[in-house]
Formats: sequence, structure tokens, C-alpha cells
Amino acid sequence: MAGYQLRRSLLYVPGNMPAMLQNIPLFECDAVLIDLEDAVPLNEKDAARVLVRCFLDQYKARNKEILVRINGLDTKWALDDLKTVLPGMPDGIRLPKADSPEIVERLDTLLTEFEEELGLDIGHFRILPSIETALGVINATSTAKASTRLIGLAFGAEDYTATMEIERTKSGEELFNARMRVLWAAKAAGIQAIDTIFADVNDMDSLRRETELIKRLGFTGKCMVNPRQCDVIHDVFAPKAEEVEHALQIIDAIKRAREMGTGVISLHGKMIDAPIVIRAARVLRTAQAHGLVDIEISEEDIHGTE
Amino acid sequence: MARNSLGREIPDTFAGRKLTPYADPWSLQPHAERSTRAIRRLTHNGSKLVGGLREAVIASGLKDGMTISTHHSLRNGDSLLNDLVREIDALGIRDIKIASSSIHVVHAELIPYIKKGTITGLECGVNGPIGELISKGELDCPIIVRSHGGRARALICGEVPVDVAFLAAPCCDEYGNFNGYYGPSACGSLGYAQVDAQHAHKVVAVTDNLVPFPAVPVGIPQTVVDFVACVPSLGDPKKIVSSTTRITTDPIGLQIAKYAAMVIRASGYVKNGFSFQTGTGGISLAVAEHVRDMMRKDKVKGSFGCGGITGYFVDMLEEGLFEALFDVQCFDLKAVESIGRNRKHQEMTAGTYANPFNCGSVVNRLDCAILSATEIDVDFNVNVNTESMGYLLHNTGGHCDVAAGAKLAIVVAPAIRGRLPIVRDAVTTITTPGETVGVVVTERGIAVNDRLPELKAELIRMRAPVKDIRQLRDEVYAITGVPRPIEFDDKVVGLIEYRDGSIIDVVRQVRR
Repeated sequence: MAGYQLRRSLLYVPGNMPAMLQNIPLFECDAVLIDLEDAVPLNEKDAARVLVRCFLDQYKARNKEILVRINGLDTKWALDDLKTVLPGMPDGIRLPKADSPEIVERLDTLLTEFEEELGLDIGHFRILPSIETALGVINATSTAKASTRLIGLAFGAEDYTATMEIERTKSGEELFNARMRVLWAAKAAGIQAIDTIFADVNDMDSLRRETELIKRLGFTGKCMVNPRQCDVIHDVFAPKAEEVEHALQIIDAIKRAREMGTGVISLHGKMIDAPIVIRAARVLRTAQAHGLVDIEISEEDIHGTE
Repeated sequence: MARNSLGREIPDTFAGRKLTPYADPWSLQPHAERSTRAIRRLTHNGSKLVGGLREAVIASGLKDGMTISTHHSLRNGDSLLNDLVREIDALGIRDIKIASSSIHVVHAELIPYIKKGTITGLECGVNGPIGELISKGELDCPIIVRSHGGRARALICGEVPVDVAFLAAPCCDEYGNFNGYYGPSACGSLGYAQVDAQHAHKVVAVTDNLVPFPAVPVGIPQTVVDFVACVPSLGDPKKIVSSTTRITTDPIGLQIAKYAAMVIRASGYVKNGFSFQTGTGGISLAVAEHVRDMMRKDKVKGSFGCGGITGYFVDMLEEGLFEALFDVQCFDLKAVESIGRNRKHQEMTAGTYANPFNCGSVVNRLDCAILSATEIDVDFNVNVNTESMGYLLHNTGGHCDVAAGAKLAIVVAPAIRGRLPIVRDAVTTITTPGETVGVVVTERGIAVNDRLPELKAELIRMRAPVKDIRQLRDEVYAITGVPRPIEFDDKVVGLIEYRDGSIIDVVRQVRR
């Protein structure tokens, strides 16, 4: 199922703000990124990680994916972050400044140790690395294959533009190459590509334009800084009615094909085979999350039975 | 001492008045004639100007033990009531009861006069420190909180005889015609003052903007005004109306608004002829925006918008989404400006708005209404009067009137404020009976009253986060813990009157 985890909207929540943490169950985003890094001032690092742990302990009825953005592995806080937070069972770690595959591998090793200590299956904790420097962009292809824990690559434009010594604009031409490289790396590795935040929370029109752009490029999720941005992002990622209708026809066709003992069938004169079925299933699962259709797509529907 | 139907202990009498415990929202019938006042005959055709406030008090014949009133359309910008009580005190008059339509934080200046015995009773609800001091037992002054409709009823039935009404008149002529539309203290609708103008034994128009006869359009006519007084200022215009009222940007507030919009959608009322009331808070306005979008999308032509009117409602009227606005009180400059020029933006009296004892008030014609809450209990009872310390801090406004009148009353509130659970076992004070509340909407889910099973089913079908109200309470308590009950003394310091005059709850002195 990991490949089909709907992850359109990933909301940053500062780890040092109890009122915000308390509301995490309520936000309509698909995932939250609880931040122990940039949002937390140096003198609150200890308090924040304890607070986050307390929140995770009491957040039993999980209704969204929880990733914790720890401090960079090269800082003195990272290990304590992991030690404190992992027993609270987040789904994974958002790794900042994943400039090279080695950094991801190091985190992978640490997570394995914690999993052994906590008696969990190896690979339980996932990793979402941030590609947010020039070096990170260059190494993205190998970083994307550095660990089987990876759920995607997340592009971070704020730090990236800083390392490039350029301004970030609302139209985003300056990000084009970096976005494409992150996309290629993610797609080649078969993981999700997640786009950067859009910082101006009052400019919904530009947010919509940017989200439409990155959707066209191939990103399937976007980070955000304010829950108010959720509606626009979900709206953009929502499949169009004709897409949903077409996907329903594809699933229907492939079911008929399998009944006839084949994995290929023609629909409106076009061949339907495995990749098309997988894409249709993705559309329908997204549509279902949007409340557009009311069907469950099983693995059997997609891949057939052995 | 008797228990009313909601289990609240009600004393037999309060401040010399025999009390009727609340039974239900509908069955209490009036057994009264309309209150009367002496018919006056004025033979001169000259000016009714008596001078300033002091002269007006003298001319009105105000004496020890009488009852005065003002209206609250100037809200927290009002300086008339403070100035008036100062003059009354200076004239040596004592034992005065105040029966204004509301008292605001700015009227904390009255506290020394209550201590001194100039003011000895409040026949109206209060916002702010006076209620707090009375709750603490630091101020001894019986207080009776009434809803807007309930106050109109009490004046019309003669339950509260107002001896002299001093009515702020933002645009007034020397023969007593006035309106609220123009002048430095323009407040728009004079919906509350209308009741006093018709029922007080003496009526004084107090203005800071005397215009040549006639002051048109005539809001309150010369025929009911005994005297006109001029003052340098009625108050602070900045605090009378806000320049703008804004939609909340708080994500939690927006989420509540979104859920409330789902409820309105699910209700099926958004169709031609739709009528709607919403408050002026950020969440209420966010709901209004959703409603506007729904009406535009479905090309719905609504019937009327009602209550306190803001620029949002004015925009909807001008866009043709509603046929008319019924305005008891204008909340921003745009509303004030609109009511002065648009015939479809109607001024309505508090009696027309919400009095339960007439041949039908406007609230009865409402489809959906958005109401707020300080606390909500598992029986859907709502408190808007007392806060977490048990102090009486807020007036009822139209809350229980609108809940009783509207087909669907939707209460919106965050489930948690600060560290406080808002959805709880029992509310500190019952303002509005749960029987009249349809739905409670919080950021943590929507609770539908059992008497609306079809709405509940539709919301579930729409995948709205419907929860049992007890489940909502449990979720909230799991985060906040269960609050320790506030300890009260036996002494009753105030009454919460239901709109029909029965007593739905009392306010007791908080134990120190």
C-alpha cells in the first residue's frame, strides 16, 4: 500500500506550540511534519521534543501520517530528537539537508538500531529526505535510492534558493531545474516527489498557480505552512470528473479481461494493461479521498490474483 | 425554592418579584394587556429643546425610585449612560433602576454610583466588569438578564415600566424626530430604542447633531418624544461601529465555518426563499461567505437576512442574493451607510425582531441561524452569560430568541478555548435551552440534536464528521481533563430570564 499512500498535503506544525500540536488531529491534510528544526528556537529544543513525545503518546486515534522533522544529523540535537520521539511511534522522519545518500544511510542505520531496541520490524520508520541545497539536488538520484525506507523526495526551495544565493519568486522559474532533477530522481526510484512550501499564506491565487504547475510537472504532494492552504492544494490534486469516469471504465475493463483470463484488453480502441491500471487505481484512490467516488480499490483489482 | 424543568434551582422571589420557573420554550401564554402610558397633549409648535442632560433630567420629572433606559446601538462607544447617571447623581436623585437594552464594558464608570446607591437595580444584562463585581459579591445590585426579544416583551407587557427613556439620537430635530443614519454618532438602525420610544412614560431624545426640522427619514417620530436635549458628544464614533468586520483567519475557526456550511447545505434550506441570520464574529462571517458561495452557485434567491447587519449582508443584498435585510442593529459603516439609502434594508424594532408575545416576530421566519456559545452541554443547552470563573460577563443578546424562532439553530464554537473544555457535562448557566438548538458545530465534529434524525443522516451521507455530543465531550475532556466545578454561595445575585419571562437560570455569588 505504501505506493498508494495519499500524500497530497504535508503540513508543518511547530513542535514547540502546544495549541497547534493539539489541533493536529483536526487538520484535513494527509500528513503533518512536526518540526523540531527551524521552527524551534535553540533554547526550546529540549522542551519541544518532550512536548512532541507527549503529544504523540496521547494521539492514539491517528488519522493522518505523522513525520517528525528532526534537527540535521550533523547537529548535537539529532540523536536526542530520535531517542525522545521514536518511542512515540511517528510514521517516519523528515530528514533535513539530505545532501548525499550517506546522510540518508546514516539515518537508516540509526533507525534500525532504534527499531531493534523498541522491538519493531526493521523498516518500520519511514524517511522523507529534504533536497534543499545545490549539493542535495546534484546528488538527488543516488539519494533517492539510498534506503528502502524512503517514501519520497521532498524539495525544499527556501534553503535551496539560499544556497544558490538567489531570491525565490512567485512564478518560480529559478526552481525549474532543481524541481525537474528531484522529480527525475524520485520517479526513477519509484517514490513520490513532494514539492516545497508556498510561504505567502494570504495569496491563494499564487498558491493555486504554483500547485497547478507542480502537478503538471509530476509532483503528487506539496508541503505547506498553514492549514488554510489545504483546500487549494486538495482542490488542485483532485481528479477531474472525466478522469474519474475514465478510471472507473479502466478498472471495469481489466476486471472483465481477467475474467476472460487475460491481462490486456482494449477500451475505446486503446490498450489497457498494467501501468494504465495502476494509474487508474491511483486516480480512483485520490478521488475516493476527495469523496468523489465511493468504491474501494483492492490490490487484487489492480494486480489480479496469482 | 423550586426546580425548573432543566433542573436549575429557582428562588420563589427575587428583588421583590415573584418568579415563574422555566418549563419549556413554547407553552407559557401571556395574560396581560399591552402596557399603557399617559397620553400627552403638546399644544405648542416650537422647540422641545430643554438644554443639556441635566435640564432634560429635571424636565422629565425623574424622581427617587424610578426606572430609566438607554439603547445600546452606540455599543462600547456610548457615553450617554455614564454622563446621564453622573447628572442624576449630581441632582441628588437616588435608588434608580437601569433598564437599558444592554450595558457595555465602557459603562464600568457606573460602579461608584452603584456603590453609592444612586443606582440600585439593573433590569438588563451587562457586558463586562459590573457583572463580575456583582458575581463576586463586591457590588450589591440585583440584575435581571433578558434577551433582546425578552426585553421588548417586558417593556411592552409593562413588566418593566420605564419612567424615562433617554435615547441617543444621532440625527435629530428640535421637535424630536430622529434617526440613526447620519451624524458623528451614526449607528444605523435604532431597533432597540423603538421599543422604549413607544412604551416609556417619558421620552427624551439626546443628540449631538441637531439638524433643521425635519430630520428625515424619520426613524422615531416627534409624536412620542417629550423633550430634546443637546450634548457635545454621544460617544466615541470609532467604538460605535467598526470600520470593517473581518472573516477569521484562524484555521480552527475556518474549519468550524466549513463544517457549519456543510450543515446548512445538508439542511436543504438553501433554495429560493432562504432566510438566514449570522453573527458578526469572525467564524460567523466565514459561514456567511460559504453561504454566499452556495447561493451564487445554485442561483438561489433568498428571502431575507436578519439580526445585527454587517457589510457582508449588505453585499449579499446588493448582489440580489436576498430580497431584504431586517436590521435591528448595524455593525459596521457599510451597514450604516446602506440602511440610510436602501429601502430593502429595513430597520426593525427589537419587538418585531424577537418578542415572543406578539403575532409572530421575524425570528420565526428564519430558516438557518448561526449562534455562538461560551459553553455547551450534552443536552445542547448553551451558556453565553457566564465565563469559566462563574462570573456574569455577557448579555444574552438575541441568542435564545433566534434559537427558538429559527427552523435550524446552529451553534458554532471551538471545542476547546485556551485550556477550557467548551463542550461539557453541564453548562455553568443556561441561556438557551437545548430543545431549541439543532446542531453544535466544533472543529472536532458536528453533533446533531436527536430531534433532527434526517439532518443527521444527510450529514453522514455527506461524510461530515458527525459525532454524538457525548463522544465530543469525551474527546475534549481527554485533552483538557474534567474541570473542577466552580463553587457558588447560595446567594442569588442575578436572574437569567428566558424570552417569555420565566426563569431559566440564576447567577449565584461565586464562593471566594
